[in-house]
Amino acid sequence: MPDTRGAARTLGELALEVRSKNAGPFWMTLEAFMPDEQTYRIADAVITPELISDLYQVPPTSLLIFRIPDLHVVKVSFPRPIVQGSLRDRDMHAGQHHVPLANTVVPGRARLPRGERGRAARA
Amino acid sequence: MPNRCGPPDSVGILVPSGMLGAGFSPGTITRGISLGADVIAVDGGSTDSGPYYLGTGTAKTTERAVHRDLRLLLAAASSARIPLVVGSCGTSGADSGVNWVAGIVSAILAEDDLDLAVAKIFSEQRPGRLIAELERGRIHALPPSEPVDTATLARCEHIVGVMGHEPIQEALRAGADIVLAGRATDTAVSAAFALLHGMPPGPAWHAAKIIECGAQCTTDPSSGGVFARVDHTGFTVEPLDPDAACTPASVAAHMLYETVNPYTMREPGGTIMVAGARYIAIDERTVRVEGSRFEPTGQYTVKLEGAAVTGYETVSFTGIRDPRVLRSIDVWAEFFQKTLTDRVETVLDLAAGSWAADLRLYGYNAILGELERPPATPHEVGVMLLVSAEDQQTATAISKLANPLLLHLPLPAMKYLPSFAFATSPAHIERGAAYEFVLNHVVNVDSPTEMFRLEMTEPSHA
Repeated sequence: MPDTRGAARTLGELALEVRSKNAGPFWMTLEAFMPDEQTYRIADAVITPELISDLYQVPPTSLLIFRIPDLHVVKVSFPRPIVQGSLRDRDMHAGQHHVPLANTVVPGRARLPRGERGRAARA
Repeated sequence: MPNRCGPPDSVGILVPSGMLGAGFSPGTITRGISLGADVIAVDGGSTDSGPYYLGTGTAKTTERAVHRDLRLLLAAASSARIPLVVGSCGTSGADSGVNWVAGIVSAILAEDDLDLAVAKIFSEQRPGRLIAELERGRIHALPPSEPVDTATLARCEHIVGVMGHEPIQEALRAGADIVLAGRATDTAVSAAFALLHGMPPGPAWHAAKIIECGAQCTTDPSSGGVFARVDHTGFTVEPLDPDAACTPASVAAHMLYETVNPYTMREPGGTIMVAGARYIAIDERTVRVEGSRFEPTGQYTVKLEGAAVTGYETVSFTGIRDPRVLRSIDVWAEFFQKTLTDRVETVLDLAAGSWAADLRLYGYNAILGELERPPATPHEVGVMLLVSAEDQQTATAISKLANPLLLHLPLPAMKYLPSFAFATSPAHIERGAAYEFVLNHVVNVDSPTEMFRLEMTEPSHA
């Protein structure tokens, strides 16, 4: 787990905020708010369809990913795997589902080479 | 100000808070009125708190809190002679919610001797009418849902249609001072008055989206209300709390909040397109937005929301602190499920599939379940058992069978019976009916108002 280039850092530690919320009863949306251009580039490289699919156990084809450099935000939306309020829904507002994304280990400040996208995120 | 002799240059919209009954300071209203508010708009509901409110047709907010907020809003609307629009009354916007808010309004009008014309707009839908629409091929699923069938429509406790701005405009044109709308899009509540007075749809809809959650679009989301002024080329927005600020980033970021797509948002009559919007700081707390567009759709659609009973639930809670059990909590949970399933079958003669139980280990992996990393041995665990069955009696019978297990179930290898920490006596609580949202569909309509019913109450002239 530890990054060989220094102490392991998570997306949540780099971000101003990583949050999640319902987008209506049938969708969930995650956002990583990064403080600057440099950290935005890290988030942009790390947040891939493969990463989200792996963290949230959802098909990559169900994902909508919005990369918003002007706001230093990466936003991901996907259908809620468990419909809001049903017996097995343990997060009514989907407000705690940002944690797997926030806990994702990211490389240091340097930008990742393209080939390492995703793989580094799951390190 | 809207000029009654011709089209106004701009329309000022005061949003006192993100939800009626959430509370706001009286200063919020005074400040909004002094900025030249032409309308007060406030949302009274949401689906966000779950299907229970639509299922039961009851409100999440309390009468006392709604009464308090409405009293300030009605006084302001009356003295400034501007309309008040409340959307999604009573949380779900069911007819009972509209009537509940209308009852509170009429009590305040009598108490404070106010003379205002009140319009109620009902948005609840009869399943029979919708089944006819389904048979005509006019109901379509929204992603990710499957097509709906008649059985699903028939088993909903309540179904509401989500109105656009047109039914609200109809009420305003009919002379309403106070519009109490059933289920409406959050944006329609704020956009209706500006659109009625000739503001262009791009800025009007985008402004409405930005302000619908109150101070959520500011640097201090807990600060309360916001004020927007929509004109012919854009809109400006500022917080009503003098200590809060709107910045280009705080305003632009609000398009992310609870939305699937931050660039486009579907309304009944078209799509708000904000990809080309420019956010400019006017001063340190006011933002100007230009370049928003609204693209009308060829087919007007009304979204449906419906909640159906999925069963009756009983919830039990116990606590585990013993490290010997906590070290093998996964084994314990699996053993619990198996033991309970066996007992239910043997003692109650209930087939698997006729009931369900969700065992949640709070402090271990309750919230994220399978998405959780394998956690270390927890310090203590709160065990919630949620049982669902076809009726309340059965759910409680299963919970009573589970009670000794929640108190004493050992690990399979243990030679003695531990005793866990019940938090209350009894350890279970009957939750009543449980609901689920079962509709995520739209109806094609010929007229934006055909699914909604307007009822006007004349001022009492007391």
